[in-house]
Amino acid sequence: MYSHLRWKIPLILAVLLGAVLMAYPLEEKVSLGLDLQGGMHLVLEVQTEKAVDYALEQRADDIKHALEDEDIEVDRVSEDLQNRLIRIILVDTIDVPATNSILKNYPTLEQIEVRRDGLELVYRVRPDELKHLQDNAVQQALETIRNRVDQFGVAEPSIQIQGERRILVQLPGIKDAKRAIDLIGKTARLEFKLLNEVISAEDALRGTIPEGQEILYQRTENKATGEVTRQPFLLKKRTVLSGDTITGADVRFDSQYNEPYVAITFNSVGARIFQQITRENIKKRLAIVLDDNVYSAPVIQDEIIGGRAQITGSFSTEEARDLAIALRAGALPAPVTILENRTVGPSLGRDSIEAGIKSMIIGFVLVLVFIIIYYRLSGIIAVSALFLNLVILMGVLAYFEASLTLPGIAGIILTIGMAIDANVLVFERIREEIKVGKTVRAAIDAGFAKAFRTIVDANVTTFIAAIVLFQFGTGPIKGFAITLCIGIAASMFTAVFVSRTVFDIAMSWKKLNRLSI
Amino acid sequence: MEIFKKETHIDFMGKARMAIMCSGLLILASLASLGIQGGMKFGIDFAGGTLVQLKFESPPNLSDIRDSLKDLGLADSTIQEFGSPNHILIRVERSQGALEEMGTTLKEALAKRIDPDTITVERVEMVGPKVGKDLREKAMLSILYAIIGIVIYISWRFEFQYAIAAIIALMHDVMLTMGAFSVMDKEFTLVVVAAFLAIIGYSLNDTIVVFDRIRENWRRRGKKSLISVINTSINQTLSRTLLTSGTTLLVVVSLFILGGEIIHDFAFALLVGVVVGTYSSIFIASVFLVFWESRSKRKKA
Repeated sequence: MYSHLRWKIPLILAVLLGAVLMAYPLEEKVSLGLDLQGGMHLVLEVQTEKAVDYALEQRADDIKHALEDEDIEVDRVSEDLQNRLIRIILVDTIDVPATNSILKNYPTLEQIEVRRDGLELVYRVRPDELKHLQDNAVQQALETIRNRVDQFGVAEPSIQIQGERRILVQLPGIKDAKRAIDLIGKTARLEFKLLNEVISAEDALRGTIPEGQEILYQRTENKATGEVTRQPFLLKKRTVLSGDTITGADVRFDSQYNEPYVAITFNSVGARIFQQITRENIKKRLAIVLDDNVYSAPVIQDEIIGGRAQITGSFSTEEARDLAIALRAGALPAPVTILENRTVGPSLGRDSIEAGIKSMIIGFVLVLVFIIIYYRLSGIIAVSALFLNLVILMGVLAYFEASLTLPGIAGIILTIGMAIDANVLVFERIREEIKVGKTVRAAIDAGFAKAFRTIVDANVTTFIAAIVLFQFGTGPIKGFAITLCIGIAASMFTAVFVSRTVFDIAMSWKKLNRLSI
Repeated sequence: MEIFKKETHIDFMGKARMAIMCSGLLILASLASLGIQGGMKFGIDFAGGTLVQLKFESPPNLSDIRDSLKDLGLADSTIQEFGSPNHILIRVERSQGALEEMGTTLKEALAKRIDPDTITVERVEMVGPKVGKDLREKAMLSILYAIIGIVIYISWRFEFQYAIAAIIALMHDVMLTMGAFSVMDKEFTLVVVAAFLAIIGYSLNDTIVVFDRIRENWRRRGKKSLISVINTSINQTLSRTLLTSGTTLLVVVSLFILGGEIIHDFAFALLVGVVVGTYSSIFIASVFLVFWESRSKRKKA
């Protein structure tokens, strides 16, 4: 009669054991969400259009060099960033066929206009290449940020792509939020540019800025007064050397004033270019530009072999160290904007946990006591099912490496309420059946059978709501949805399957004429 | 132990008219409150903005804080106590990049008037306008999807009018809970949306239990009318309803009183939602079933 107990009992024990194994020890296996342990939750958006702009400038530059290498006289190669075009203007029509064949080496560009017998050529970036550039930018930004965070030294950071161009960064337990944001958000695009030695910046500002040149500022802060001054520099737009050739960056201290600076080393390509620039421009000034800010513009004294340079500025030691980290990890392919920033201090986390857990335990205990009073011995079965429920919940959370957030704790609490509901439905039904006059055995059978349908219907609808919440929620809300989903599933298992089995076990021991319910 | 030793025979449907009037009044009151306040009071999750929670060693002088904010050009921020006089919550409507490190910036600004060593920045939350808008859209969509999914499921398990009845009861619950939020001047944040979805789930749970009993009794009704069947069903499930609501309330009340400030609004929403949800299963959903039946009877005649 009760042969099915032969596989039911082991199954339940297996589930229990499995859950305990997964969840033990609790502190290690189930991680706490940011709102409970403190930390930073950052959503960044990569300005992918900028990445396309940079790529376009790079390509225009490449083309100019390629044409010049073939001795083709070029009037101008310019990029139209807005429309994603590159315009090539030649001088002699003889060069047109050669130019066309050279440009065939650039499959990502397509020719859209030819004017003046081919003297003027207009090329556009192919749409699929645009998408590729944008996706690449996001991917690269992800890697770079990961690198920077690694060097920053946070335990268990989480960095993921969200949607098409957003990056979610979670840094649990972080102490210095401001420093982290500065480090992560810094584009760190290093460029070396030559100064216009003929016109002064002030003259250019008053008049017109010549073509191919730009004005960038050097920002100096007087540490004592906090006053900020901006000095303009007239620079040739074209970057003669960029930061992607840097292999190393370290903080050193000036022997004279003991002020920190960043010493950088170039790779062989960068070193060669640097040597060439310094050789060809002795006594001229070279501006070191970081993120469109001029850091310094020293005079080139001599040809520099060996590929080393120094970046000085009014740094604090920490700023220098972070700049070195950023340079080592590489520049972000495009600037990022911060869309969302939630930082919870560790003290708040602790307070929240204590309050949340305390209230949960108290509520739980109250409910347990009440159930046992109301349903007597059967109540104890219900309570045991509830405990099993919680253990399974913890086990599944641990298995999926989900983190427990404050709403998650609230979700657990709600699950307790619904689990009780399932038990109540069954027990009330059993009571009714007994009143009608059925035997204990029949009443239990009928009670579970009829209640099962109701429990399924009721729980499925809550489950639907929880799944929708899981899909659209982020962070803490997801935690709530997960605990609710798992809790509902677990409660159905324990209230129906487990409770039933326990009743069956009791029945198989001794014939019950009256049920303590 | 039992709540009802004998079968109860309360005429629930007889009180339907009064219940509908009562609900109607409450819904009007909710709408009025929302209208006066100019809609829901959205938290920064939906409206964008920056939130800074500071803890002071001793209750600070609010005018000191306001003056410091003025220095930063943020005179239009709201300052309020949060749980105890030592905890202050400052909300700034804007969320530009410069405000990213509001916590430290504020501390520095306050340093002129209050010793910065006594101030702890407990929490800083900045949500850009784009994200806020995204979230609003996502929230509405998710509620829509949830309702669609639920209508389909209930229509399948019961009948179409049951689904409509359930949805109406649901909207009633959401409306009243939103009204309660509006009257108590509480903010609508992401966590509160989670509470609302939990209320939806719970209210449905409850409604379906009643429906299930109605469906069962309807099959064996003999000559009894729908009203009679409904009354019997509700009476039969009364002890279960009271028990489940009771135990859930036990837990939610514990959360509400002891759970701390941050989930306080969440617990409040659940509190109102559970009570209203239980009420609506009996008086709103079931009444609609009666209404539907009398309407279809009139059509046939």
